[in-house]
Amino acid sequence: MSAPRLIQAAATAALGMSLSISSAFADPVKFDFWFGNSGDIAKVVQKVCDNFNASQSDYQIVCTSQGSYDAALQNTIAAYRANKQPTIVQVFDIGTLTMMLSDAFVPANKLMADNGYDVDWNAYIGGVKAYYATSKGDMYSMPFNSSTALLYWNQDAFKKIGKDAAPATWEDVGADLKALKAAGYDCPFGIDVSNNEVWQLLEQFSAVHGIPVATQNNGYDGLDAELVFNKGKFVQMVTDLKSWYDQGLLVLKSKQAGEDYVTAFANGHCQMTLTSVGDHGTVGRTASPDMHWSVAELPLYAGTERKNSLVGGASLWVMKGHTDVEYKGAAAFLNFIRQPEQALFWSTNTGYIPVTKTGYDYMVKNGFYDKFPYKGREVAIASLSASEPTPVTRGMRLGAMPQVRQEVGNALQAILAGTVTVQQGLDDAAARGNEALRKFEATYKGKTLP
Amino acid sequence: MEKRAIFTNRWLGIAFIVPQLLLIFTFFYWPAGQAVFWAFTLQQPWGGGNEWVGFSNFVAILTDHIYWNSVVRSLAFAALSTGISMGVALVLALLADRELGGHHIYRTVLVWPYAIAAPALGLAFRFMLAPGAGMISFVNHIWPGIWDPTINGTEAFIAVTIAFAWKYIGYNFIFMLSALQAIPHSLIEAAAMDGAGAPRRMWDIQVPLLTPTLFFLLVLNITDSFQDSFGIVDIMTSGGPNRATELMVYKIYFDGFKGLDYSGAAAQSIILMLLVIALTVIQFRFLENRVHYK
Repeated sequence: MSAPRLIQAAATAALGMSLSISSAFADPVKFDFWFGNSGDIAKVVQKVCDNFNASQSDYQIVCTSQGSYDAALQNTIAAYRANKQPTIVQVFDIGTLTMMLSDAFVPANKLMADNGYDVDWNAYIGGVKAYYATSKGDMYSMPFNSSTALLYWNQDAFKKIGKDAAPATWEDVGADLKALKAAGYDCPFGIDVSNNEVWQLLEQFSAVHGIPVATQNNGYDGLDAELVFNKGKFVQMVTDLKSWYDQGLLVLKSKQAGEDYVTAFANGHCQMTLTSVGDHGTVGRTASPDMHWSVAELPLYAGTERKNSLVGGASLWVMKGHTDVEYKGAAAFLNFIRQPEQALFWSTNTGYIPVTKTGYDYMVKNGFYDKFPYKGREVAIASLSASEPTPVTRGMRLGAMPQVRQEVGNALQAILAGTVTVQQGLDDAAARGNEALRKFEATYKGKTLP
Repeated sequence: MEKRAIFTNRWLGIAFIVPQLLLIFTFFYWPAGQAVFWAFTLQQPWGGGNEWVGFSNFVAILTDHIYWNSVVRSLAFAALSTGISMGVALVLALLADRELGGHHIYRTVLVWPYAIAAPALGLAFRFMLAPGAGMISFVNHIWPGIWDPTINGTEAFIAVTIAFAWKYIGYNFIFMLSALQAIPHSLIEAAAMDGAGAPRRMWDIQVPLLTPTLFFLLVLNITDSFQDSFGIVDIMTSGGPNRATELMVYKIYFDGFKGLDYSGAAAQSIILMLLVIALTVIQFRFLENRVHYK
């Protein structure tokens, strides 16, 4: 054996020994956590995992980003069918019903109780709890990254047209957009209507106006819900969008067009947009320091009483098929992330809101919301708690939400392109969305909502 | 007399093919069989249960006019992208074969597109063809609104067709070039001595002798355009605007993986498989007799 080889072999042996020694001292139980966030947010999730691992020595959580929410769910399904599922998985808001009917999870409330954690589930912010709770109020999953839609507006541009406040009504929006255009802005209002980006318009708009997207209280009361967004105020909203688009007041901004709507707002190319409070951090980091901007609750049509907006984001589900010690670790992790200090860490590093009232109070006490660039994020909490959740503002409990959003996205594209009328486009989207809902219902024949 | 090597031991022969059969069974027949089963049932994604529903998944798909639109669209996509990629590749191969200046560089460079993964390719084309910020955006400065694939379906369809064809140009090129180089030089020289110019020699000698390769590439390009296009579509347009780029395979991907409708997606895969088989049979039946193998 040559000298370098010998050294290498010795080093490998030494490394192996040191590893076995360290594992003999402390033998942390390893378990997997798969999540869907990517990019900046994924780094913060990883940091949360590192912090948990550093905070105790009994468990080691291994966190792996799956690249997107869709992929996290698909990969978990594939893994579950092969009996290789992670212990914890992050599932996006619209995957909640699929999870509830899957029979593949350990309910979070049961897991916490079994492992001796006394969780005050009522401490969760009303809108958050309503979205994820069963009809009996049980929490099957642990709320994690949560957000809601806000109106982002450029204060500099609005100053030019003599306004120092965001438009509160859609009627005002129409007037302001015209004024902005007249003041020389190319893109007064930038949005995206491709497949998954209709949630602000469809779901959040309907919630703050207190109108249902589907019957059976948006599906909470039965799998036989039917879409009804093609009647009422949403039609008016789309009619206005179409008219603004035709006048050049509304501009489509997507990655396909070269710049997505959040970037377009942050770069000052568009003066108004609707997006998640989760983007508040991104806009703060990427916007020019000279640009003055702020956020406001979604506008309402005049004469409407504001209801709470819906929570978006994802929650954590604990999967069946693992050992008791892994469940102990999972419970410890779920307990760790609900601590107020973690809420502060999480919200500081992302734009997401604290999910518990105790977390929120802790952040207020720490002066979080008074400091630039976090100032303004309290609007999200105000929006989520604008009213007690009504039967139609708890959330969306529809099985085929990806298809429904795709249908609405396609309809909006066709309507803006002028190939169908507003009413015809929305009627078609509702009819096709209903077919997807019926198929989902048939697939889960005999199952009832928990 | 022809010499033949024959295995006298039947079991030895079988033993040699078993690994291959096992591979094909594991990675083709088993999953395909599974898909057939799913297509006749309603599958719960988590495996919680399934119910036999006969042909109802197929009926639902085949009575949906939007599905038929995607079939027509896929056929148009196959014809256009195959036409472009084979046509351009043929011209490039004929020129590279003439050993014009720098032909060594072309030969290497032109193969690269095929090595690029679909998502990266989609991203590159999305960037180049973006109406607001891409390299093409200058046309919108000259004639505002002339190019906008985010809202104009025809333009979006052109964009994905070009992206897909571009990927296959390199692949077709290398096959055509090697086939051209296998044509005996004496044939071309003889034609040249008879006074045939370069275009005449290409058309009368090189292209006919290339037909086995062209036929092989045609079958392959058409098959791949049905199966391999969803990555590019997903990145560039997500099937939009208003389904203008929703090809059959993208619809399978969306319904199955995003929508978790495993049964509907399985039924669509079977229809797609039958369509590709039918097209291949047609090509062998009607085109192959025009191929000169010798």
